[in-house]
Amino acid sequence: MSTVLLIFYILSAVTLATAFLTIYTKNPIHSAIYLVICMVSIMGHYLLFNAQFLALVQLIVYAGAIMVLFLFTLMLMNLNKEDEVHKPRMTRYAAIIVFIVLSAVLVYVFTDTKPIMGEYDYTGEDFQSIKTLGKVLLNEYMVPFEFASILLLAAMLGVVLVSKKEKDAN
Amino acid sequence: MDSALIIEKSIFIVVVFAVTMLMAMYSTWAERKVAAFLQDRVGPNRAGWGGLLQPLADGLKLFAKEEFEPNTPNKFLFFVGPGIAMATALITSAVIPWGDKLELFGRTIQLQATDIDVSILYVFGVVSVGVYGIMIGGWASNNKFSLMGAVRAASQMVSYEVAMGLSIIALLMMSGSLSLHDITVQQHGMNWNIWYQPVGFLIFLICAFAETNRTPFDLAECESELIGGYHTEYSSMKMGFYLFAEYANMFISSTLISVLYFGGYNYPGMDWVGTNWGTNAATLLGIGALFAKICFFIFFYMWVRWTIPRFRYDQLMNLGWKILIPLSIINIMITGVCILAFK
Repeated sequence: MSTVLLIFYILSAVTLATAFLTIYTKNPIHSAIYLVICMVSIMGHYLLFNAQFLALVQLIVYAGAIMVLFLFTLMLMNLNKEDEVHKPRMTRYAAIIVFIVLSAVLVYVFTDTKPIMGEYDYTGEDFQSIKTLGKVLLNEYMVPFEFASILLLAAMLGVVLVSKKEKDAN
Repeated sequence: MDSALIIEKSIFIVVVFAVTMLMAMYSTWAERKVAAFLQDRVGPNRAGWGGLLQPLADGLKLFAKEEFEPNTPNKFLFFVGPGIAMATALITSAVIPWGDKLELFGRTIQLQATDIDVSILYVFGVVSVGVYGIMIGGWASNNKFSLMGAVRAASQMVSYEVAMGLSIIALLMMSGSLSLHDITVQQHGMNWNIWYQPVGFLIFLICAFAETNRTPFDLAECESELIGGYHTEYSSMKMGFYLFAEYANMFISSTLISVLYFGGYNYPGMDWVGTNWGTNAATLLGIGALFAKICFFIFFYMWVRWTIPRFRYDQLMNLGWKILIPLSIINIMITGVCILAFK
């Protein structure tokens, strides 16, 4: 087994295990911490593809910013056992059945598929450096890129507006 | 990859690790000496000449102390917190160029652990993960004061990361590269970035103080309100790890400031030294220049600590969001206009 394959298996095991534990653990903070580990292991997957920029953006945005805010909010909320939402038994059984059926379908689909394309050849072309990425983003994908930035700006202004309104009501 | 390269890099990484630890250790001594100097006292002077063995004695004391564990349901996270803080403080040094080429045993050795394309983003990624050490440790302590400290640290670091990133963007617009090696090479001789980016440097410096939790922004461990902040419940070497991580962070951020704005290992007259005394001499002098700059900034950290009183929390947030971020955006715009006009 090659080293890359070994690393891939270890990373995948970590990703799947932590993703499962995220939804399985009762304590919301533990769940958030598992999600952080999951995000960091996904960064490892990107690094296996040699996509350094994507990997580091994953680390900064998801692990470094979003999850810090998640954890921050959870710590401030200080959730206890009493705050737990109790679902009726029927819902739980239904959820179990849906989960089993869905995973059966997924397992069937993934075991039965055949690769359409062959393996990629290594041509040595630079596909991941920020120079290439910047050129592609600001030439070919200029319009979607600008639209995305306008969307982000609108979201940011919306957040400021919402938080301002709440303050006035007090 | 040939094995010689692996051995070379391994030795280099171990040396960098040792130097970081040594600098962090002697920063504690220097902090006390600087404090004593600024307050007209003598400072530690019993262990060794001028108290030079004091850090060793302190370390020994921390190891020998009783290991106290609070009554917390999160023993594992309580244990992990200081580890994350220490690890993130140490791995930043991987992308820092400590010097130019060194010629040893017929090999040319680049004095940098790794020169990745996106080293600045790597530094930011590690810094943004570093807050978990404080947050997890503070929360797992199961103590309200610790939790308050952790929450303060988190919100402070997240807020100041924004201004820090924006101040760096102005620098990156000029250098056109995210690699710390390229940025250093561009500042050859006295062509330092500080001459072009004084405002950016000021913002970066203030944010570095906030990111390392140093006074005047050490609200996460503000003694008068929070006992010890996030490390209230910690004792023995676990607390030592938190304190050590702070000093290691201080060392690394001083290094980053020197590399980004003060030319890193560049010094005036390096070409003359290179042609007359040989490459190795020039490189060694460069390492010396870098460490002189780093020591100055570590001193600066201490100087500020004993000069400026701690901020109030709302003042801290106002400074971050209402002054530094608009200022850095204006700085980016002015930089853009200047690049258009002069390049």
